[in-house]
Amino acid sequence: MIKFLFKRLLLTVPTFVALMFITFLMIRLVPGDPIEVRRGERGISPERLEILRHEMGLDQPIWKQFGDYVWGIFHGDLGTSVISKTPVLHEFLTLFPATIELSFFAMLIAAGLGIPAGVFAASKRGSVYDQSLMGIALTGYSMPIFWWGLILVLFMSNTLHLTPVSGRTDLIKYFYPAVTGFATIDSLISGQKGAFADVLRHLILPSIVLGTVPMAVIARMTRSAMLEVLEEDYVRTARAKGLSAWRVIGVHALRNALIPVITSIGLQVGTLLAGAVLTENIFSWPGVGHWLTESIARRDYPALQGGILLIASIVIMVNVLVDLTYAAINPRIRYGK
Amino acid sequence: MVSETISLPKPRGAFASFWNSFSENRGAVIGFYVVLAIVFIAVFAPILAPYNPLEQFKGATRLPPFWIHGADSKYWLGTDAVGRDMTSRLMYGARISLFIGLSVMLVSMVLGVILGLASAFYGGIVDVIIIRVMDLIMAIPSLVLEILIIAVTGPSLLNTVIAITIVYLPRYVRLLRASAIAELSKDYVTAAKVSGVGKLRLMLVTVLPNCTAPLIVQAALGISDAILEASGLGFLGLGAQPPTPEWGAMLADTRDLMQSHPWVMALPGLCILITVMAINLMGDGLRDALDPRLRKS
Repeated sequence: MIKFLFKRLLLTVPTFVALMFITFLMIRLVPGDPIEVRRGERGISPERLEILRHEMGLDQPIWKQFGDYVWGIFHGDLGTSVISKTPVLHEFLTLFPATIELSFFAMLIAAGLGIPAGVFAASKRGSVYDQSLMGIALTGYSMPIFWWGLILVLFMSNTLHLTPVSGRTDLIKYFYPAVTGFATIDSLISGQKGAFADVLRHLILPSIVLGTVPMAVIARMTRSAMLEVLEEDYVRTARAKGLSAWRVIGVHALRNALIPVITSIGLQVGTLLAGAVLTENIFSWPGVGHWLTESIARRDYPALQGGILLIASIVIMVNVLVDLTYAAINPRIRYGK
Repeated sequence: MVSETISLPKPRGAFASFWNSFSENRGAVIGFYVVLAIVFIAVFAPILAPYNPLEQFKGATRLPPFWIHGADSKYWLGTDAVGRDMTSRLMYGARISLFIGLSVMLVSMVLGVILGLASAFYGGIVDVIIIRVMDLIMAIPSLVLEILIIAVTGPSLLNTVIAITIVYLPRYVRLLRASAIAELSKDYVTAAKVSGVGKLRLMLVTVLPNCTAPLIVQAALGISDAILEASGLGFLGLGAQPPTPEWGAMLADTRDLMQSHPWVMALPGLCILITVMAINLMGDGLRDALDPRLRKS
């Protein structure tokens, strides 16, 4: 196991190096160098330009610049946002909890509805229930989520006035200090009446929107995993023993069917973060996805560079964790490769 | 003496047997016909569309579609904020979406096949490099990587295609590599090797045809994914630029009209949903028919 862990971690090193190189190159490939971008419309004198170039290390040879960049990364320096003048890492860390919170609730909805739907569909294979559930799953899987979000806002918020249109909380009514950065926890800590309920009301639509595609994937996956497991001998034995259908499906079969499902949930972190970019844009959710697209609009390349580096690193690390968990559950994987 | 000839039913051709098992799946057949209809609209958009999709009719802005009171029969799906005919724009939108879906699929499939085969055949350092690069691409969330590429190249339809092609490359590479490696250990490959078949011929003529079933399935689903992805970029303002009638981009500038004129927002999204769903239905059917191992039920 230790050997596997070590090997798996070692494999990520070249990926990280390549990732740093790509994000490093990116800022140099953008039309106009960083100084040009910074100079704006006012323009600067040639002397000042030289000083700035020197300050940013742009007069150094490229390999030295890359070395400095990597050195900076390992010391927590991901550059400074051109617009807000704050360190990129700091900006990212303030916004990231909002994205985690949204993704967490989205996954909760996706797994909470997707797994039972898949199990039910598999147990009623071929029936009207099965067909309609899989029809819904296919619709969810094919959904342009930005449109889905707008449609939900139109009905739930604008017509029925059930949920707020955007943001994480009603800033006029409730104010609480950001202790953890997670609005659900912070609002509970603050002890303000109604603050927590308000946060949940803000969370529900974005979570549904972000959870739609994963929900469909999970439902389809659970169904096919269940169908496979239901044909196994031990399920027949359990049935022959006279166990109730509920027990056979819910306990004996589900347990084994869940292994691939849980792995796929872990591997959907990347999908979630990509979906978060769109979802956060629709609901003006102050997370990293919204921040990334804003950075493009503002040509804030250091922010973009740092943000992409951080997001990709997180996805790589989560994938390693999923692999390791999977290896821990399934001994057959351990000595492979 | 009369010699009798017994007429046996002709053995089914490959296509007939494929169609037979494909048409078992009702959803897949429906999907197939919807896709045909969309392709028809896309190809003949210049003939079918009542107006030029970019032409603005002054005094005919924000007209509702025919089923809502106040509609003008000249514009049966209504007009948008600047008086462009929605029917025409949506028809041309089908063209753009299919163009994106097909070109992304074709380019990433061809490149993926080449890289995947090279990876399986040469092994060693070639394999390691290709697989590492693919891992890197897969490590970055799709939309984030597309944003990175478009930040460098600038937003346009062509760059959308390039960005999505790069993002989807690993799927084909990994698929091809895995099935090619599986095929390489089989006897017929050894036989071909022994009889002195050259490497290129071995790759393209001997092994590749045996990897096509999963490839076709992946390609079909790749088209719909690319359409979704491109519309997302269009929605963020990073894909096709206005006034191009791309469905995602059409959605982007309707948000302030959402409440008063919801159909301007509803229609392009519905088109994306129907197109993507039809292709997915067809893809599921293709998978069941071509690749029984992957049969989901």
